[in-house]
Amino acid sequence: MSYFVNVTLTGLTQGMIYAAFALALVLIWRSTRIVNFAQGSMAAATTFIALALVQAGWSYWLALVVALASGFVLGAIIERVIIRPVEGGNELNAVIVALGLFVALQAGIAIVFGSSFQSFPAPFGLEGFSVGDRRIALTPNGIYIIGAVIVTMLLLVALFRFTRVGLAMRASAFSQEVSRLLGVKVGGMLTLGWGLAAVVGSLAGLLIAGGGFVYPAYMDSLIVFGFVAAIIGGLDSPVGAIVGGLILGLALSYISGYAPRGSSLVTISALVILMVVLLVRPGGLFSSTTARRA
Amino acid sequence: MSRSSRRLVSVLAAATVVSALAACGGSDDGGGGSSSGGANEASAPGITEDTIKLGAHFPLTGVAAPGYSEIPTGLKAYFDYVNDNGGVYDRKVDYIYRDDAYNPSNTSTVVNQLVLEDEVFAIVGGLGTPTHSAVVDFLNAEGVPDLFVASGSLTWGEDPETNPYTFGWQTDYESEGKIIGQYIAENFPDAKVGLFLQDDDFGENGEKGIREYVDDQIVGAERYTPGNTNVGPQIAALQAAGADFVVGFNVPSYTALSQLTALQLGYKPQWFYSNVGSDPQLVGSLLNRFSQGKVTGSALLAGAYTTDYLPTVDEPDNPWVQKFQEIWDKYGEEGELTNYRLYGMSMAYTTVQALQAAGQNPTRDDLVEAIEQVGGDWKGPVLAPFRYSEKSHMGTSGMSISQLTPEGSAKEIQGVMTTDIGDAKIKEFDGKPTTPTENGIPDEEPYK
Amino acid sequence: MSDLQSPAPSAGQVTEDAPTVATAAANAPSAAASTGRSLLPQSTLLRHLVLLLLGAVAAVVLLEITDPFTNSQLATLSYYAIAAGGLTVLTGMNGQISLGHGALMAVGAYTTALLLQEPADALPLPLILLISVVTTTAVGALVGVAAARLHGPYLAGATLALAVGLPGLAVYFHDQLGGEQGLRVRAPRAPESFESFIDLVSGASASSTKWLAYVGAICLLITYFLLANLVRSRIGRTWRAVRDQDVAAELAGINLGAWRVLAFVVSAAAAGLAGGVLALVVRLAAPSGFTLVLSLSLLTAIVIGGLGSLLGALLGSALLVFLPPFVTDLGTGSGLSSTEAAQLAPFVYGVVLIVAMIFAPAGFVGTIRMRWLTQKAKRSAGRAAPADSSRG
Repeated sequence: MSYFVNVTLTGLTQGMIYAAFALALVLIWRSTRIVNFAQGSMAAATTFIALALVQAGWSYWLALVVALASGFVLGAIIERVIIRPVEGGNELNAVIVALGLFVALQAGIAIVFGSSFQSFPAPFGLEGFSVGDRRIALTPNGIYIIGAVIVTMLLLVALFRFTRVGLAMRASAFSQEVSRLLGVKVGGMLTLGWGLAAVVGSLAGLLIAGGGFVYPAYMDSLIVFGFVAAIIGGLDSPVGAIVGGLILGLALSYISGYAPRGSSLVTISALVILMVVLLVRPGGLFSSTTARRA
Repeated sequence: MSRSSRRLVSVLAAATVVSALAACGGSDDGGGGSSSGGANEASAPGITEDTIKLGAHFPLTGVAAPGYSEIPTGLKAYFDYVNDNGGVYDRKVDYIYRDDAYNPSNTSTVVNQLVLEDEVFAIVGGLGTPTHSAVVDFLNAEGVPDLFVASGSLTWGEDPETNPYTFGWQTDYESEGKIIGQYIAENFPDAKVGLFLQDDDFGENGEKGIREYVDDQIVGAERYTPGNTNVGPQIAALQAAGADFVVGFNVPSYTALSQLTALQLGYKPQWFYSNVGSDPQLVGSLLNRFSQGKVTGSALLAGAYTTDYLPTVDEPDNPWVQKFQEIWDKYGEEGELTNYRLYGMSMAYTTVQALQAAGQNPTRDDLVEAIEQVGGDWKGPVLAPFRYSEKSHMGTSGMSISQLTPEGSAKEIQGVMTTDIGDAKIKEFDGKPTTPTENGIPDEEPYK
Repeated sequence: MSDLQSPAPSAGQVTEDAPTVATAAANAPSAAASTGRSLLPQSTLLRHLVLLLLGAVAAVVLLEITDPFTNSQLATLSYYAIAAGGLTVLTGMNGQISLGHGALMAVGAYTTALLLQEPADALPLPLILLISVVTTTAVGALVGVAAARLHGPYLAGATLALAVGLPGLAVYFHDQLGGEQGLRVRAPRAPESFESFIDLVSGASASSTKWLAYVGAICLLITYFLLANLVRSRIGRTWRAVRDQDVAAELAGINLGAWRVLAFVVSAAAAGLAGGVLALVVRLAAPSGFTLVLSLSLLTAIVIGGLGSLLGALLGSALLVFLPPFVTDLGTGSGLSSTEAAQLAPFVYGVVLIVAMIFAPAGFVGTIRMRWLTQKAKRSAGRAAPADSSRG
């Protein structure tokens, strides 16, 4: 029984990490209709900035703020300089630019910060809570991750639903021409969308890194799972990103924990889960649009 | 300053090699035999009058780069030191290492480049089991000595008939498993043993060795796939199985992950990490900063057992470590001397022994023959002798066992034992600890 | 391998297409076809045969004048280009994105590797490669059926998961598929006729590297010949209709799903052959050889080269093969350590991707063709009406 609880709890925490990554993808998709493959590298870059500050003696929280701010700047600059020229063109070109950015940024991090393992501090404890005389696989830091992701999700929902800026961002992504006619500064909205998405991405990077170790490619395995989580959720919905992350995290943890040699089945299971979801609902679980044509 | 001028020298040296090769055109087909004259000759591909070109593949970028990418810097630093002190038969060693990002397709390409374009004399220290598997046939077909593969897989040494040019170097995983298994059987006969294994030949061979001694004590064997960072289910399963002694055949990042997960679960078995995963310096520093002082890494790892076949950087009194530290300070790149770099420097030491033994004007086959004939007698930083002979190309088989202290260093608790794969017995090694020569450069006689 | 595209050659001349198909064909992007309109024969099949012959001669010349290492690089180029050629049919002609072609290559590579485990009594090499193609085609059909329902990012996500998930099976079935360390592949020796051929052509030694480069080149030429014919056939035109005018195509009675599946099947066949060649050239089929990087590299190759063009796929693949060692050597040559130079290579590669997409969004071939067309238009416009130059 306690084994089941522990497998569930590790899956829950892992799922929240996927969800954090998926949230950033959803945000960028909502605001620019681009799947940002460079998300992982961008987050890694800001995580390394935070790490440098922590190593220089700053507190975790101050480093966090600086990393998020630099994430915003990085996202905005990337949108203005690199993404803007390919926006509105062939969508594959945007994908390739993002891939190029992914490769170049990762190499850049290795050149600047080196490619060895470095540990990244967690702001809260890493020992599980005690229930009776047993410890369970839920730590104060795990609670922090879960809380941070849910708060971010709520903020995003509020932004899109209740603020003018959120409305303008959605409008810009939906139809640039109409938005312009209605007086929305589309260019600014796109930049803002990338900036905010990079902030969320940076947060995801820091949450993932906390209490673990980082190296330039540390986000690589998460890109796939984060993307799969976002798609399961429908790519359009912040709530969907959380649900998608949780489904994936829990399912993979159960498979890893209960199937024989389960750890080696994790990647193929992600594929199977995704296909099952997409065969039932081709637009993901929380897609707002009904079956669009190709 | 001194580094950039050294670079210039090596660039110039490379340029001379190219022009020399261009000048002598087709004379690189290996033959020749060693004439006993006093002059240096271009006796084989990659060997000129004043240089020996060696090559290797390492993961310098990508997921496997952390740690492993430091190994070639150790080799290079040691070769640079030797070059500044007369070289090998007055030849300078030119060590070219290329990036394969731990992808066998890339390994195949870069080794092609090393052999066909750079025309290296030998490959030294190619890293990784899947990666090196892609090139072992090619190197043996081309007759290129393939020395000291940086992996403990049995593939490199157990079958010299199929792979006559390939040699292992470090203790193979099966022998290591046997030595660990015997130690547990003798000292912890009542322990319920759990295994935490990487899901490849590393975990598999290690498990085979351990099971020879404590098969009936094992209560669970859990495997993780590299890249899957959630080891919660595996550690929880070992806990649920009641294992109170966990042996890990895993890489260093998974040592840290398994420790963190165990901390999470409040699981406190006796840990025993195989050599590959135990680098206390690295793992300790990883764990140290995790929680801003809430968890101290060395305290977490304190009491864990591990195996050694080389001295490590946490033994500052060891004469080999002192010598290598001295060399690293002067010839190394930026950064400290790490156990990875120490590994590289020790391997470079063995390489220089091999080159010296091969004679003044060796062919590629001379090098292989030299290692087979006299390689078993070499003394060096490696704790126990190599098993090199015509019948075996396995590297060293000896391992000591030590326990990590709360200060993050290791204390030896069992001296060096040697064994071999299969049903070979485990024996106590009766040799004395070796010390480096005055200048830290070996002095081997030509084997013939 | 001709079984896959048997309707292709004769279909070139068919003209009774539905109107929508004919309009879509107007923007037919075919590299091979547009190059030599005056010198080459009118018939598509004949023209492609002539090009095939020229390609074969060029390949022999190239392989004989270059050094052994370049030979091996060209062998690498061949498997990238075969897979990219197939992908350009799927993505370029039919508009479906795939981030999972590396996984399909893995299917081909493992099939070849399994069939070569007993080199003594292995099947003939062409048959082995053919079986690899058929196996991969079957897997591709399965994936294609699932993929036909998906579009845009959903398809991207599904194929991405495929790229990462499928090679993982080799670890699970480690007894059959060799696990993490993979299956070693011993390529069959070159036949004696090959040695006498090389002796005749250049007198060089017929090394195994050279033999594998020839195997790769032959597979590449056959694949491109078949693909080029297919693209110019009614099938190719229908694909473009499905891509550009799906509603109209459906009204004209075209079953969109079936055609999408067919595109996936054809590109999977190419990926399977590419995987087989990879297994021979790399001498190993292991999961770590089929990472996400491989799948993404193929996609970048076809976009950078020029989407929808076989020549573009070839050029894009050449960039993948030749750029990294070039940058690394440049780096070490200018005094960087090997590690620094190795880190520089992916950095430069990424920057090249970004810069190319910003300044040449249509890829090499597309951009050059556009320049050429604009110039031609300018010239003819200049001849007709020298006054009007207001439109830029």
